[in-house]
Amino acid sequence: MAFLEKHQILERSPTLLLIGSFLVVTVGGIVEIAPLFYLENTIEEVEGVRPYSPLELTGRDIYIREGCYVCHSQMIRPMRDEVERYGHYSLAAESMYDHPHQWGSKRTGPDVARVGGRYSDAWHVDHLKDPQSVVPESIMPKYAFLADTVIDGEHVQDLVETHAFVGVPYTEEMIASAQADFTVQADPDGDWDALVERYPGAVVSNFDGQPELTEMDALVAYLQMLGTLVDFSTFTPDASR
Amino acid sequence: MADKKNDIDETSGIETTGHNWDGIKELNNPLPRWWLWCFYLTIIWGVGYTIAYPAWPMITGATSGVLGYSTRAEVAQDIARFDEQNSALETALADADLTTLAENEELHRYAVAGGAAVFRAQCSQCHGSGAAGATGYPNLLDDDWLWGGDIENIAYTIRHGVRNETDFDARWSEMPAFGDILERDEIDGVVQHVLAISGQDHDAELAATGAEVFYDQCSACHAEDGVGNRDLGAPNLTDAIWLYGSDVAALTETVRNARFGIMPPWGERLGEADTKAVAAYVHQLGGGE
Repeated sequence: MAFLEKHQILERSPTLLLIGSFLVVTVGGIVEIAPLFYLENTIEEVEGVRPYSPLELTGRDIYIREGCYVCHSQMIRPMRDEVERYGHYSLAAESMYDHPHQWGSKRTGPDVARVGGRYSDAWHVDHLKDPQSVVPESIMPKYAFLADTVIDGEHVQDLVETHAFVGVPYTEEMIASAQADFTVQADPDGDWDALVERYPGAVVSNFDGQPELTEMDALVAYLQMLGTLVDFSTFTPDASR
Repeated sequence: MADKKNDIDETSGIETTGHNWDGIKELNNPLPRWWLWCFYLTIIWGVGYTIAYPAWPMITGATSGVLGYSTRAEVAQDIARFDEQNSALETALADADLTTLAENEELHRYAVAGGAAVFRAQCSQCHGSGAAGATGYPNLLDDDWLWGGDIENIAYTIRHGVRNETDFDARWSEMPAFGDILERDEIDGVVQHVLAISGQDHDAELAATGAEVFYDQCSACHAEDGVGNRDLGAPNLTDAIWLYGSDVAALTETVRNARFGIMPPWGERLGEADTKAVAAYVHQLGGGE
């Protein structure tokens, strides 16, 4: 039984116990976390995924600020019922520029990973202002104040730079034109060709129907692009992933 | 260490750990056998699990496991299984002529049941879970149709949507914002005229002047008597059914700034069979022509 009692050495020396625990946690971490950064089947690149436009990114910040993720997930799981209801299951690449990702784990409301394009801008505005006006059985709170908060994108360039700093591939040009792109995305009468070239698939619209650019515009711009970047008619899933 | 014997507890006759807290000693009972064996079994099971399922990280990929399990393959199989089960009905529905769909009782029942499920998941957010609509989102239970209420027209609207910019074939019309065209008193008159032709309380004097304005400005789309024109999506103004409200404030807003309700196209998202299923469901709700 001598071997089985060796553990007493560790238990009687706090320093040895600390070193031993650290080694165990390190090995566990290396085996479980490190491979995610190099394995080909965890870093699948998918055509169409692009960084968020400045207005979408601002809307995303509002989404996080208002705690939308507390009730809405952005993660369609690979199960038939979810695919039937929400569309193609989410791909890891679709949230590759998310800092932080909004997958969530609680669905008090429905998943919004592919809500983009499903409803009109006007519906989103009606629904955010007073959810019960369109969905009487909804328990979602009202966010009418978003339409009253005018924003001018004063700090949007800093926001884009911050995301570039943590690894989102924003180009110098994207950063330099952040504020102009921010404004023009909510102005269909503006010159938005360059914006759409920089951010393919970006929806240009006066989202909230008001002349001012408000938080409502930003949030709806974000919601309207969710899950729309990948063209699933040409996407072939690799079964090993 | 092994030769150093700890005290034997007098009452139970079991060896103690040698720890002593103010005379209280700890018995060195072994772990229960059943617990220990369960523990060993979980280790063995864990090793087996990593062999059977994708687990160990290698240089470019992870081991795929001897069972060949894949989440993506599983969901694809699951979807394929249901598609196959329903394939006869789905194909028949996709190829069906909508005008005669109701004659095939089995197919019609399948379409209505399937369409109801799709409607609740995709359409109810705007049109309501019971299809009664909301302000700005048409009620589908009544027999008042903006773009036509026969099953072919309903299917067309579902497939292409209304006034969206994503589908070239979307139904399209745009009422001008008369706030830029008419004077304020002319707008007031038109509103009173609309109240009059829809049988509501109105100011007869204003309505009389509004009738002239209506004839000049509105009748091209809404017809001289205000019954509307489905080819243009121009609503009938003489009935008691209103999409945006029938009071003076709502009507004035409509005349001044116009309305521009948008419906996204659903043909691509739903596919042919589901589009027809929803059309069949909506058509049989009560108002279908």
